[in-house]
Amino acid sequence: MDRILEVRNLVTRFYTLDGVVHAVNGVSFDLRRGETLAIVGESGSGKSVTVLSLVGLIPKPPGKVEQGAAYFRTEQGRIDLLQLSEEELREVRGGQIGFVFQDPLSSLNPILTIGEQIKETLTRHLNITGEEAKARTIDLLAEVGIPDPELRYKAYPFQLSGGMRQRVVIAIAIACRPQIVIADEPTTALDVTVQAQIIDLFNHLQQTLNMAMIWITHDLGVVAGLADRVMVMYGGRIAEVAPVDDLYERPAHPYTVGLLGALPRLDSKESKRLVSIEGTPPDLLIPPRHCPFARRCRFAFERCWREMPELTPLGPEHRVACFYDMERGGPRNE
Amino acid sequence: MAFDNLNFSHEPDSLLDKERTWGDRVRYLARLLWRDRSGVIGVVIFLSVVAAALFAPWIAPYDPLAQDLRNSKQPPVWQEGGAWDHPLGTDNLGRDILSRIIYGARVSITVGFFGVIIAASLGMIIGSIAGYLGGRVDSVVMGFINLLLSLPYLLFVVFIAAVLGRSLLNVILIFGVTDSPIFARVTRGEVLRIRRSGYVESAICAGARWPYIIVDHILPNLIGPLITLATFEMSAMIFYEAGLGFLGLSVPPSIPSWGNMLAAGRKYLTSATWIATMPGLAIMYTSLGMNLLGDWLRDVLDPRLRRSRR
Amino acid sequence: MNERSELLRVEDLKVHFPIYGGVLGRKVGAVKAVDGVSFTIRTGETLGLVGESGCGKSTTGRAIIQLQRATAGRVFFDGTDITTLRGKALRRLRPKMQMIFQDPYATLNPRHSVGKIVGEPLKLQGLMRGKELEERVAELLKMVGLNPAFARRYPHEFSGGQRQRIGIARALSVNPKFIVCDEPISALDVSIQAQVVNLLQDLQEQFNLTYLFIAHDLSMVKHISHRIAVMYLGKIMELTDRNTLFEDPLHPYTQALNSAVPTPNPALERKRKRFILTGDPPSPANPPSGCVFHTRCPLVIDECRTQIPELREIFPGHFAACHLADSKGSSKIAL
Repeated sequence: MDRILEVRNLVTRFYTLDGVVHAVNGVSFDLRRGETLAIVGESGSGKSVTVLSLVGLIPKPPGKVEQGAAYFRTEQGRIDLLQLSEEELREVRGGQIGFVFQDPLSSLNPILTIGEQIKETLTRHLNITGEEAKARTIDLLAEVGIPDPELRYKAYPFQLSGGMRQRVVIAIAIACRPQIVIADEPTTALDVTVQAQIIDLFNHLQQTLNMAMIWITHDLGVVAGLADRVMVMYGGRIAEVAPVDDLYERPAHPYTVGLLGALPRLDSKESKRLVSIEGTPPDLLIPPRHCPFARRCRFAFERCWREMPELTPLGPEHRVACFYDMERGGPRNE
Repeated sequence: MAFDNLNFSHEPDSLLDKERTWGDRVRYLARLLWRDRSGVIGVVIFLSVVAAALFAPWIAPYDPLAQDLRNSKQPPVWQEGGAWDHPLGTDNLGRDILSRIIYGARVSITVGFFGVIIAASLGMIIGSIAGYLGGRVDSVVMGFINLLLSLPYLLFVVFIAAVLGRSLLNVILIFGVTDSPIFARVTRGEVLRIRRSGYVESAICAGARWPYIIVDHILPNLIGPLITLATFEMSAMIFYEAGLGFLGLSVPPSIPSWGNMLAAGRKYLTSATWIATMPGLAIMYTSLGMNLLGDWLRDVLDPRLRRSRR
Repeated sequence: MNERSELLRVEDLKVHFPIYGGVLGRKVGAVKAVDGVSFTIRTGETLGLVGESGCGKSTTGRAIIQLQRATAGRVFFDGTDITTLRGKALRRLRPKMQMIFQDPYATLNPRHSVGKIVGEPLKLQGLMRGKELEERVAELLKMVGLNPAFARRYPHEFSGGQRQRIGIARALSVNPKFIVCDEPISALDVSIQAQVVNLLQDLQEQFNLTYLFIAHDLSMVKHISHRIAVMYLGKIMELTDRNTLFEDPLHPYTQALNSAVPTPNPALERKRKRFILTGDPPSPANPPSGCVFHTRCPLVIDECRTQIPELREIFPGHFAACHLADSKGSSKIAL
């Protein structure tokens, strides 16, 4: 398999007034060329911090990447993103790695026209003239489905609707034909019909550009039609990672089961009571010593309070960090 | 020992079960203060000036008015000719500068404290009315306040001081009145914001009447921003009082105040620089401390900025 | 359901916000946030109100609860027109209808303890005080799944889900008959959303509560509602029971909404043919002529551009505001 990004044992902490927040506690995963990896979790699960740590976007201080490696395979060879200087990272961001964030308004500069902003990304990362950049910008606007691109080139962000703004942000993200696009809850702030448009656009772009994508979200519903693989995070750790079909059909972690049960189904006629996960997310100020989900887990037994479960393979691609075997209904055999 | 935190119950929120004691709160505040070192400096400076003002007769080594012409213009201890009997030197009449600075803090703190109290009370009343009633009342009141704010401040003060004469009370009144528009404006903004807030709406849904809303919802949430503003304004008033004193428009020259000392020292700027620089440094010290304090209070008093357990 | 009595009737409700412009600040137009909305809710029923941002669903809720004055139209609660009530009469009615707000943090006064927040409506109505009030607050906190000892804490110490529980406890304190839930779960994490929705359903069963459940998330609305009204640009497009709305929607907009909702089923998602609307909803300050949906509707005919469609009863209990809607399925979008 052609791995474009290999993350190994990433640990990120925040040194705050209340103490040390253990945001990411040893996360390792791979991203393959052209695939969509969805990272799913609730707020405080470490899903965003994981990805932002890789590209040097967490605020320092209070944040600090304590250890780990992130090997990014480029045409120039394999580089460890965590070892790059701020200047080198700036080169990577927007160049080989593109970003789409939740709120398009705050990722755009209000006093520049959208055309200028896309053009700026192009001229900064690619060696092209202003003329060429402008032509490319108009092509990009058309590519992300903005009508009348020549006219909209001169528009300011406030003159566009939320959906159109997000399209502009996507145009900036894909401007330099990145190998990876990182999308952090890109549709959460949008209306349902616009969300469908944006997801459709992402699917289309990915097919035509063959880029790898990391899609961060709290909503397992959105991910189903979009991702190749899904990684569920809880308490700053990976709870389960699996190909999308496996994860929805044979969820192996009690948290994944809970997340799926918490979603109302449009495809069932009778409305069953939702399965809710009782309790609140873990307190990340407490250094993790046992399974972070144990406190909310219906199946937790003594071992879960004593040890930290490691990711163990269930199938060729399916791995879970849990001591309980849901299929057999008892503790998992080693 | 791994079983210490064994908890099989599914009682939600077991996180919060630990009761927070007053000790915890004090420790938290201490940590907040320690984290923001400049806040500590601000608090220390402010308390030292207040202590000087309160306990002047006990702290000051000399009577601030006692003249000793034989020892006039004695330099501070670190300069040639200085001695420990007058650590900051003496002025042209041989009065001990340290003692005069300590007594001078009384004028500064009194003007600052009461000036702010008057300005804040007036401003809060005007601002609350304008903000709560809104509409035409708001437009008229705010128009008047903007007019007041656009007047050349110093000219205004000089005029009033000339008409009313020189006394501590007059200075306080002038500052109290002329500074109230700033408090009114901030109050109005906050009232407008709080009025539209969810908790006021939900109080309306519960059947609350407007006096209750003002007392129970608006005022408590106003206090934080106003205390912060008061700190900055107090610092400004101390500054302006010294300026007025320098121009000879503040308290009578017989009262030791930093402004008066500055004015007196002006003549000796070339021969005995310390007479003017020492009170100048006192003003700088105080206003630096109060600005640091204000910055720190702004962060501490906002409950939204206090990080929650989650 | 039919034998249940009608609790709330909304008749041709309009809320217009004036736009002022020019140097003199004259009224130059109006945002028609709610423009002629009518429906009824029966006792013990949940009516879902869905729509995209700016469709006027929240304003409708606020106008019903009398947080927002209606420009026109009437709201009957238990048979009395409450839009004409003022002062004391209105305050006396307040406890019967409560609201649960979207942002649980903004609706809790950061300087009040949880005990004070939950007990405030009881105190304001002069129903309880002192020890009795304290006990009732503890009981309410327990009822919504919180530790009664939390009464002494402050809102910032709680997570989003817990804050929403506090908001619910407060709304329940005065034994309301009717609760407007204004996007109560939108700001919460998925696992917490389920907790809150389950709690709302349990409480409804326990106290025979009537809900107006406002949300933009169609799947959650379907889960909790008995009947659903779909709003677009200040008007109701379709109104029917929840299963019909999802299985046999008449209005093209409802069909588009249904199609846009993702399902947590990868196999189904891959096969699914979806119809994706183009463009964004127009501004309510300048709504399209005729049918407000005609600018995005794939089935648009000339009549739609000029004639405003009435909300008509196509099948018994199934209302749609579309010129094409009929019993033969002329308003169905072919996929």
